[in-house]
Amino acid sequence: MDGSATRAQARPVEDEEVKSVRQQIKAIAEQGDSLYVDRVRVYPKQVSGRFRALKWRALGLLLVVYYALPWIRWDRGPNAPDQAVLIDMTNRRGYFFFIEIWPQEVFYLTGLLILAAVGLFLVTSLAGRVWCGYACPQTVWTDLFMWVERRIEGDRNARIKLDKAPWTGAKWSKKIAKHAAWLAIAFATGGAWIMYFVDAPTVAANFFTGRADYYTYFFVGLFAATTYLLAGWAREQVCTYMCPWPRFQSAMFDEDTLIVTYQKSRGEPRGKAAKGAVGNEGTGDCVDCGQCVAVCPMGIDIRDGNQLECIGCALCIDACRPVMAKLGRAPDLIGYDTERRIAARAKGEPLRYRILRPRTLLYGLIFAAVGLAMVAVLATRSDADINVLHDRNPLFVSLSNGSVRNGYTVKILNKERTERIFRLEFKGIAGATMRVVGLVETASWIELRADPDTVTTYQIYVSTDRANVRAERTDVSFVLTDITNLDTATRSTWFYGPKP
Amino acid sequence: MPTKTEKELYQGKPTTGHEWDGIRELDTPLPKWWVYVLYASIAWAVVYFILYPSVPWFTGYFKGVLGWNSRAEVAEKIDEAKRGQSRYLDRIKTQSADEIRREPDLLNFALAGGKAAFADNCAPCHGAGGAGTKGFPSLADDLWIWGGKLADIEQTLRFGIRSGHEKARSSQMPAYGTDGALKPDQIGDVAEYVLSLTGRSADKAAAERGAKIFAEEDKCISCHGKDGVGKADLGAPPLNTRIFLYGGSKAEIVRQVTKPQHGVMPAWAGRLDDETIKMLTLYVHALGGGK
Repeated sequence: MDGSATRAQARPVEDEEVKSVRQQIKAIAEQGDSLYVDRVRVYPKQVSGRFRALKWRALGLLLVVYYALPWIRWDRGPNAPDQAVLIDMTNRRGYFFFIEIWPQEVFYLTGLLILAAVGLFLVTSLAGRVWCGYACPQTVWTDLFMWVERRIEGDRNARIKLDKAPWTGAKWSKKIAKHAAWLAIAFATGGAWIMYFVDAPTVAANFFTGRADYYTYFFVGLFAATTYLLAGWAREQVCTYMCPWPRFQSAMFDEDTLIVTYQKSRGEPRGKAAKGAVGNEGTGDCVDCGQCVAVCPMGIDIRDGNQLECIGCALCIDACRPVMAKLGRAPDLIGYDTERRIAARAKGEPLRYRILRPRTLLYGLIFAAVGLAMVAVLATRSDADINVLHDRNPLFVSLSNGSVRNGYTVKILNKERTERIFRLEFKGIAGATMRVVGLVETASWIELRADPDTVTTYQIYVSTDRANVRAERTDVSFVLTDITNLDTATRSTWFYGPKP
Repeated sequence: MPTKTEKELYQGKPTTGHEWDGIRELDTPLPKWWVYVLYASIAWAVVYFILYPSVPWFTGYFKGVLGWNSRAEVAEKIDEAKRGQSRYLDRIKTQSADEIRREPDLLNFALAGGKAAFADNCAPCHGAGGAGTKGFPSLADDLWIWGGKLADIEQTLRFGIRSGHEKARSSQMPAYGTDGALKPDQIGDVAEYVLSLTGRSADKAAAERGAKIFAEEDKCISCHGKDGVGKADLGAPPLNTRIFLYGGSKAEIVRQVTKPQHGVMPAWAGRLDDETIKMLTLYVHALGGGK
């Protein structure tokens, strides 16, 4: 690497010459001969407007859900956690309000992830990067951190000035206050995260009295550190350099996708508006005030066109609107628009916006299909199940009275919190009798006890007269029936015998 | 490192000085974070080097400041596992197999322990799951040469069969053919009778002649009992089932009467500890045929 003497330094720019990050990097790169350019810091300006208000509401809602969800209680009776949303790793159960899933039902999570992915595709093909702009945790926490920063250090100009100023006591106190506030939020974020995995009130109490385990402290620390680094320091670099989603989401875009865009045909050529002027006097509507660049959290100039860095947060729309209003010009010089509308406007054709396209229909169909399948699976989910493992050594045993015996390991899954009694029947071979090791006498059916909320295992021997065994392998099945509510579960297996 | 860096023509940027077929490489610096990760990794390696076993000598190796080694860790884990098992093993030591059988949690532990011990010690002859094979009796069926109660199984396990142990079970069927006590055609008749006991006789006349020989005072009946029902206390297996240790065809029965084979089961007392023998007893008893 080059020495610091020759390395070009990034300098914050004054408000009057608002430049995008790209422009600044270009300028720095042209000055020096190094290929290394320090990060250009972005100082987003405060803005208010329709989309900023929407973003605040989304932020508030998402943060409340995130921090409050683990504290919601849900009564599941004795011996069960009363936390509404809980991923209980130690006891291998997942709880979501009225749903309780066992490890083998983790496919629900797969379904949920598929739903999330297809939903993201659908929304993106309709309205562009609304996930990035409004709902992504990176955006939400960065917004929160910027809000804190603004309260302590002031708005864009004040922050630029502060960063250029020498290290005085006032600067130190501001910086320390800001980082302390960031760390506090980061800690709360990490703290809330672990509450999804352990009982929230218990872990909160244990945490502050030093009784929580090593893992708890480690994970709180880990998530606090990542929150602080990603939302405080890395910010827009996460979206531009780390996140894979911006790189391939253009595959979901088409000419009818809403994007935040600048009406080039209307805005160019840019020119300052003369005081008191009514018309445009040979210039376009854009007065090059730089507000759209100043408010951008990604540090881009939307007038350069749709860019990888643009997260579609629409703050530039909010910034441009009052400027146009003040000048008495039509709103939405920057606005949500589609490529088809832009092209049509340039040709003077009527503007159309199509929501139903093959792409959106397909995403919608897949979303509905996966969603329906999940609901169906959930609705028909049984509280009891049976697993049968045929003994392999020996496959069958010939008994002294000439009958043939097969051994099975039968596992009864009781997903309820109470002990249940099941009737177990063996079907497929005439005259077969069952015997449970250590339990009852031989019978054609037996009643078995299943412990609450666990798997109860029985070793079962099925015997029948050799004359009843017509093949070396016969298809048979075990049928399990709850004797009180008549819930049934069936599992097919084989019965082996000697060559007939 | 090249001594002189050249400037690239169009933008005047530095190059590495490397050239391949006229293509020159820009001297683009490594990303900062990447370089820091490299430095952090080097620091990590140095610390690891000091703390853990690292440098081999000719006669040994540098053992590290922490004194950690994987053997000690394994030994510790084994100790830990043994401590975990002791609450069951201590009870198994003091209780009889019958008592253990009545306690479900203890029985479960014993069955699991018995299964492991069976695979190590018994399966080579009796087969996995006690399936048995010719000459090595099945332990999964309900036919027991020496009895299938817990106490019977435990005794067989401890002292073996014809093992040479003073308490070993022992039986000796006379070699009727090679001793000359019976002529070959008489042995054929006896075999036909034994087949008829299992419901498979082909020659009724021969079977009737065989029945008379079978019932002679010093012949088969004295051990195998009337109608070949067997006597477990003498180790004489029943002959009225289709389960034959050395095969149930006529030729195999004839061979066994002419010059019987006798298997040996070793005594396990002294080789396996008391708890293991009890666990094996319960496991074998639960294989399906326990009385």
